Amino acid sequence: MDSVKLPDAGTPARDAAEQVTLEIDGRAVTVPAGTSILRAAAEAGVRIPKLCATESLEAFGSCRLCLVEVAGRRGTPASCTTPVEAGMKVRSQSDALARLRRGVMELYISDHPLDCLTCPTNGNCELQEMAGVVGLREVRYGYEGENHFAGAEKDTSNPYFDFDPGKCIACSRCVRACDEIQGTFALTLVGRGFDSKIAAGPTDFLGSECVSCGACVQACPTATLVEKSIVERGQPDHSVVTTCAYCGVGCAFRAEMKGDEVVRMVPHRDGHANHGHSCVKGRFAWGYATHKDRITKPMIRRSIHDPWREVSWDEAIAHTAAEFRRIQGTYGRGAVGGITSSRCSNEETYLVQKLVRAAFGNNNVDTCARVCHSPTGYGLKTTLGESAGTQDFDSVERADVVVLIGSNPTDAHPVFASQMKQRLRAGARLIVVDPRSIDLVRSAHVEADYHLQLRPGTNVAVVNALAHVIVTEGLHREDFVRERCELPAYERWKAFIAEPRNSPEATESITGVPAATLRGAARLYATGGNAAIYYGLGVTEHSQGSTMVIGIANLAMVTGNLGRPGVGVNPMRGQNNVQGSCDMGSFPHELPGYRHVSDPAVRALFTAAWGVDLDSEPGLRIPNMFDAALDGSFKGLYVQGEDIAQSDPNTHHVSAALEAMECIVVQDLFINETARFAHVFLPGSSFLEKDGTFTNAERRISRVRRVMAPLAGKADWEVTVALAEALGYPMPYDHPSQIMDEIARLTPTFHGVSYAKIDRLGSIQWPCNDRAPAGTPVMHAGEFVRGKGKFVITEYVATSERSSRKYPLLLTTGRILSQYNVGAQTRRTANTAWMSEDLLEIHPSDAELRGIRDGDRCLVRSRAGETTLRATLTERVQPGVVYTTFHFPGTGANVITTENSDWATNCPEYKVTAVEVSLAHEPATWQRRFAEFQREQDELLPAATPPTEPR
Amino acid sequence: MDPHKLVKMANDIADFFASEGEHDAIVDGVAGHLRRFWDPRMRRELVRFVDEGGAGCKDAVRDAVLQRRDTLVPPA
Repeated sequence: MDSVKLPDAGTPARDAAEQVTLEIDGRAVTVPAGTSILRAAAEAGVRIPKLCATESLEAFGSCRLCLVEVAGRRGTPASCTTPVEAGMKVRSQSDALARLRRGVMELYISDHPLDCLTCPTNGNCELQEMAGVVGLREVRYGYEGENHFAGAEKDTSNPYFDFDPGKCIACSRCVRACDEIQGTFALTLVGRGFDSKIAAGPTDFLGSECVSCGACVQACPTATLVEKSIVERGQPDHSVVTTCAYCGVGCAFRAEMKGDEVVRMVPHRDGHANHGHSCVKGRFAWGYATHKDRITKPMIRRSIHDPWREVSWDEAIAHTAAEFRRIQGTYGRGAVGGITSSRCSNEETYLVQKLVRAAFGNNNVDTCARVCHSPTGYGLKTTLGESAGTQDFDSVERADVVVLIGSNPTDAHPVFASQMKQRLRAGARLIVVDPRSIDLVRSAHVEADYHLQLRPGTNVAVVNALAHVIVTEGLHREDFVRERCELPAYERWKAFIAEPRNSPEATESITGVPAATLRGAARLYATGGNAAIYYGLGVTEHSQGSTMVIGIANLAMVTGNLGRPGVGVNPMRGQNNVQGSCDMGSFPHELPGYRHVSDPAVRALFTAAWGVDLDSEPGLRIPNMFDAALDGSFKGLYVQGEDIAQSDPNTHHVSAALEAMECIVVQDLFINETARFAHVFLPGSSFLEKDGTFTNAERRISRVRRVMAPLAGKADWEVTVALAEALGYPMPYDHPSQIMDEIARLTPTFHGVSYAKIDRLGSIQWPCNDRAPAGTPVMHAGEFVRGKGKFVITEYVATSERSSRKYPLLLTTGRILSQYNVGAQTRRTANTAWMSEDLLEIHPSDAELRGIRDGDRCLVRSRAGETTLRATLTERVQPGVVYTTFHFPGTGANVITTENSDWATNCPEYKVTAVEVSLAHEPATWQRRFAEFQREQDELLPAATPPTEPR
Repeated sequence: MDPHKLVKMANDIADFFASEGEHDAIVDGVAGHLRRFWDPRMRRELVRFVDEGGAGCKDAVRDAVLQRRDTLVPPA
């Protein structure tokens, strides 16, 4: 249950035009039709006792505490399940009601352990509170009868919370939270009558379908479901609202604190992105922030084979500045650069790109979005005029058709997935375009109408075929296109797309998608009402990633599915601040606000503000930095919060490039894989240790608030400021809010943004300026940002990464719910209970051909390299396709992936690698060398530093 | 910079702009993309490679370099 108590109106708010006025205990109150009496009472300031009701769940009417009397009616209806009616006169208190409520409480308490003083929820228990509210003074039934608590066994299998059935009052709030909010249906009420009890399946919580989102824990009114952190540390004394540092959903949380120690994270019910929901990562996996592996002292060394030496901040910063100036003096101004991180705040990424452009004097700045969503920037800017998703998350509630392309939200964006599932359960139709059978293809009460199970690498052929069907069958919105789009480009595109070679029948042999299935999906998308596309890295991480983004925008334009709630083109951003790091000018060709460095007017604006001349030429992108390092023209790199050695493709190539450089500076929480190649280590600060903002996948800017002091003494932004000043470029900021003020002054889409306004509104979706002072939930209403929408021809070009006799299978990669990206954070939490190594998914028929059984170690070989993983046999992948994740460095998933990349942006083609798989009996050569290198590097750390890698 | 990698990247860009139809428009598309997204040292290396024969370059890439050279190579 919630602590640091918040009012609870008992049932959800209703959104109805009709208003109803009634009277409760003599007070008049007006509420939307459909509101419960319980909620209306709360709004009138009348607290009616309750136990099974809570405002995040639909009313259930089981506890019989919220009974009321209604004038002119017989009986005592439950106020939670009784809707208001005009003119109703309700009494919440009477002697009869008091007797009834005390009777109910007597029954509850007769079957409840009386260990309040030692109970973890003491002082924060609704049962305890209600006993007081109803005036319980005796329990006439005694405590000796049959009960549920004597001998009850606690289920402590979940690493984050305990389930104590002895304290359960069978209110079903947990079951309903799992069903209604999370949509997993893992919990159930088994048995009848007195034997009724909550169960998580035939085994225990950990072994069940439970995804550990915590919704049940939050809903529980007693100590039945309670966080282990509360059991260990007690109740919090204050809370601070902040924003999760995991995925691109950007959930708002209340960090519940005892002093400067976090005791739990509770999803903020007023959070605009998550509406009080969370996933296992955000809610529970925050222990990495104080993990013993944190490096909290700056370190330097001459070569990567020398021992690290702990130094003061001043020495580390002065050394770094001297090294970068030396390198520039020797090799030229363009020989150094920086990488910003989507895990860092807007203010931090803004400062790093400013440091590179203003203090390094070049544009060699890039960000990890290079390897995930850079094609989104190119594709959406080209067609619609803005490098961002078009909708807010709540838009899905108005969608009639949901199209998921290369996106697996139940694993990668779980909280939004729950919202989407709510809509799907309410009747929206679903089309999944994915080589794999992701959970949403078929899960509890959700089933896709169409699953286009395409071959990896054929996205563009599929999107062209979808558009072909729509155009040739006359299902398109010619009126929308004629009003909103450039007509000559449209006519050219229309002629192209109507060509028979783009028909589903012609592309079936390429894509593997049956023509009839594809035609059905196209018809549904075009004619099913509001249709919304959600896409992920299965779209962007291809040699035609940008082309596919353009194809998606074409599809939305031709069907008129843009510019209003319920529709749109929605890139699902992987990390918490992918959108923000891109907005802040992290790309080498763009200043903040996606303005090209060659634009003299834009440069003049920044030159005036920053006081230096700016380079008009684009700089190196991350893959180009590696190539330039190997050719000797790039020697110094400042990496803030990224782990390029683990996350970038072709590990051999990346390692060689890093080894060729003279000064690599890593600023991070931990010695990550890149830090093993570094010459300077600057300790980073977690999201709990600093102020700032993150911008999520729906362009929502939310505050990150400091709840504890930086463990290393400096927040990340302060480190960049110190480095700039050591380089002779002053950055006189006292607080991140001043950095945001500068961003707002210089960026038209941020003109109206300030910390004060974010504090007032809770969060803001950019564009936020004079035209939209409260922000913009849905973009392109009435007119596209670029004026007229632009159709662009999307010719399908097969990737050069093809299967062959030697490499007959296609490897594709992705994520899993419990782990996050390179895993540096989640591997240092108990989330390893769900996944402790990357596995290779292989179809049983492919496995049988190779003599591979479930759990066998396999050698996976590609044109780039080879590694070994354990196999898991599953029909989630189709024959000919294998799949793995990249959360564990020792796996070396990127030893196999190639440098093949998107034509426009160099985003790597992680999703298609031709491989062969065979049985292996020992680790691959790379893995043995990696382990040796890791050992050598660990030994070079100062003696007091613990080993760096949880294995 | 490995010229073969640059040629592969440039050829992929040419494949996208091939749908522009007119050869001049294709060449403009390729040159414009190189100009907007490639660091000058990459462009210089591609130009050098084309000047030395440009083995493996698609026609649109070769023509972008030869016919739009002034836009691709910034003054030193």
